[in-house]
Amino acid sequence: MSEFIIFSLLNTLIYGLLLFMLSSGLTLIFGLMNVLNFAHASFYMLGAYFAYQVSLKVGFIPALFLAPLGVAVVGMLVERYGLRRVHAHGHVAELLFTFGLFFLLDELVVLIWGRNPVDYQIPAFLDFPLFTLFNSDFSAYRGFMLVVSIAMFISMYLVINRTRIGLIIQASLTHAEMVNVLGHNVPSVFMYVFGAGAGLAGLAGVIGGNYLVTEPGMAQALGPIVFVVIVVGGMGSLTGAFVSSLLLAGLQTFAVGMEFSLADLFMKFGVNVQSDGIIGDILRIQIANTRAMLPFLFMIIMLIFRPKGLLGVREE
Amino acid sequence: MMENNTMENPKLSVGQVSQSQSMLPYFVKTGGLFLAAVFVAAILPKIFDSRFALSMFNQMGIAIIFALSYNMLLGQGGLLSFGHAVFYGLGGFGAVHVMGMVNNGDLALWTEFLPLAGGLFSMLLGFIFGFISTRRAATPFALITMGIGELLLASSLLLPTFFGGEEGISGDRMTGITLTSFKFAQSIEVYYLILFWMFVCVIAMYLLTKTPLGQMANAVRDNHQRAQFIGYDPHKVRTFQFTLAAFFAGIAGGLFALNYEMVTAENLGMVPSADILMMTVIGGITYFFGPILGAIFITFLQMVVSNVTHAWMLYFGLLFIGMVVWAPDGLAGLIMRHQPIWKANRMKRILPAYGLALAPALLLFLGVIILVEINFHISLSIDPEAPLSIMGISFRAQSFPPWAMGFTLVGVGYFLFRKAGRKVSRAWNTVMAEIKQEGV
Repeated sequence: MSEFIIFSLLNTLIYGLLLFMLSSGLTLIFGLMNVLNFAHASFYMLGAYFAYQVSLKVGFIPALFLAPLGVAVVGMLVERYGLRRVHAHGHVAELLFTFGLFFLLDELVVLIWGRNPVDYQIPAFLDFPLFTLFNSDFSAYRGFMLVVSIAMFISMYLVINRTRIGLIIQASLTHAEMVNVLGHNVPSVFMYVFGAGAGLAGLAGVIGGNYLVTEPGMAQALGPIVFVVIVVGGMGSLTGAFVSSLLLAGLQTFAVGMEFSLADLFMKFGVNVQSDGIIGDILRIQIANTRAMLPFLFMIIMLIFRPKGLLGVREE
Repeated sequence: MMENNTMENPKLSVGQVSQSQSMLPYFVKTGGLFLAAVFVAAILPKIFDSRFALSMFNQMGIAIIFALSYNMLLGQGGLLSFGHAVFYGLGGFGAVHVMGMVNNGDLALWTEFLPLAGGLFSMLLGFIFGFISTRRAATPFALITMGIGELLLASSLLLPTFFGGEEGISGDRMTGITLTSFKFAQSIEVYYLILFWMFVCVIAMYLLTKTPLGQMANAVRDNHQRAQFIGYDPHKVRTFQFTLAAFFAGIAGGLFALNYEMVTAENLGMVPSADILMMTVIGGITYFFGPILGAIFITFLQMVVSNVTHAWMLYFGLLFIGMVVWAPDGLAGLIMRHQPIWKANRMKRILPAYGLALAPALLLFLGVIILVEINFHISLSIDPEAPLSIMGISFRAQSFPPWAMGFTLVGVGYFLFRKAGRKVSRAWNTVMAEIKQEGV
């Protein structure tokens, strides 16, 4: 039992920080520009593919820096030449644009790298067990992921709370027009924040792509979960995104290890359920199998009862 | 947020013409157009009688109902849904289960009315989901609909009795209980049934835009606070609009179930939801007939282009993004923009400029196709070294000339198209200024 709990906690931390790396950029962009970027997870996918391509040529460590930078540039171009243009057509057009981009980037990745997963591997110098606990190995790469995520988290916290740029970003979140009047170029703040958010998603792709798998479906697999994270955390709230990233990661990680159903629960009280049809189906669902649907259930319940999210400030 | 969008001046009626200029009363004109459409649709399978054409027409009819029902949300209600296929799929499952019950003898229902069973089932669930999701419009609504879609897709494997697991639920449409003399053994009989329901649904959805509910949906879309101020609850209006949209999507799903005799959980997933969204937007959401154009055009491309190339989805995505950026009113908007020029009899003044722009547009298009196809050939085909053939010309995808050719065509085409585009807008502005001056 303690083995299950300790390893689940470690996995929660890794998965949660990966989710936070994606959701922090998304929630910041939403808070600033009021645009939900549907293509955000596509930047995560681009990060993984860029890293794969760069690491083929010059190795993993340069890829760790170059790939997110490349994704950030793509993000800035998207903001400057795409989003800014459709902004005039209104809010729905912006959502449609990012949705189309999500669709298009998926196909572009297929166009360049094919439909099968690419062979993006964990670098050899990090491919050893860091420590062994209860006869299970904890790999060095997972430790590395933790270090990178925590370093990212700390530097982001410092940039936003301790620098002049962070001050302007914070001010733009609530009073964009006033910041503009004071002589700051708010549109270019938007562009850089969009680029930075895309770059963070790219970084998540660099360290997550080889840990999980680098394939065209990876954006579709993670994208919806990231939306759940920022909705549950409260749209626009960074702290909220952090809390809900860990919460949802925990929910999913711990659910996997629980193999019992409602029918088992009734059995404990001596009631043997033997019903067919849809009721029987529902009673026999194993908690472990609900992993994929739990986040969405959580989000819908959240939106009904507390639409502004855990730590959100505004209600639309 | 929603108030600021560009859909402020919706013209939701088909070909609305002011009385002073039209010789015929408005309803006669619309009615005539409608009868002509019925006639064309009725003889279509006689002209194109291949199996491929028939299956395409069936799919088009279903897509038209589905796209119009989607536009009840997006165009008329300002509600961007990422999960409308939920009601399409659920309607399909509803119809296929009823079909099974009829076949088992548990229930007697004319086969012609099976789509209605699907529609009613979807409507019931549409009311529940609509009540939950329409309290707020814009982003929260988009996210809840996406969440419901993902939730149902994820739960489909856990509830095999209803969703039938990975294989889905199949049925037999020849139940023997029919109102007409149709036995539904052949696709052509299904075609006429689809046609019937399509026209019924198109009329019903058109008339709905004229009812107080349809008008209030527009009002809530444009400014929900003002709508609330005059005594209408936006949540209530959106819930009803959503429920009705689910009903029509359910009918489309029921027709799907009849046509294919099988429904799987994929029919309610993200893929058909995205398809219908893109179809509707490409057709145009500000006019009632826009989604019809989109459904016909995209279904045609989907079935024809995807036979020829792997890259259909990429072209589809490019088309969608292009429309969102340059023609947010869709195909219908592009057509309707020419209405004043057409009426002033000045089309011939701008057509030369269009002709001039057409040549570089074709160059650009050809260049994009070459680049996409050689890339797809290299990354996806079984043997990338095998020669690739585009429009009868065969070559090796790895050789230099096709790449150079592709990039040159794109570059030159883009440059010339920009130039021609300026000519087009100049011609357009001159003609429009003239029309305005003359007060035509």
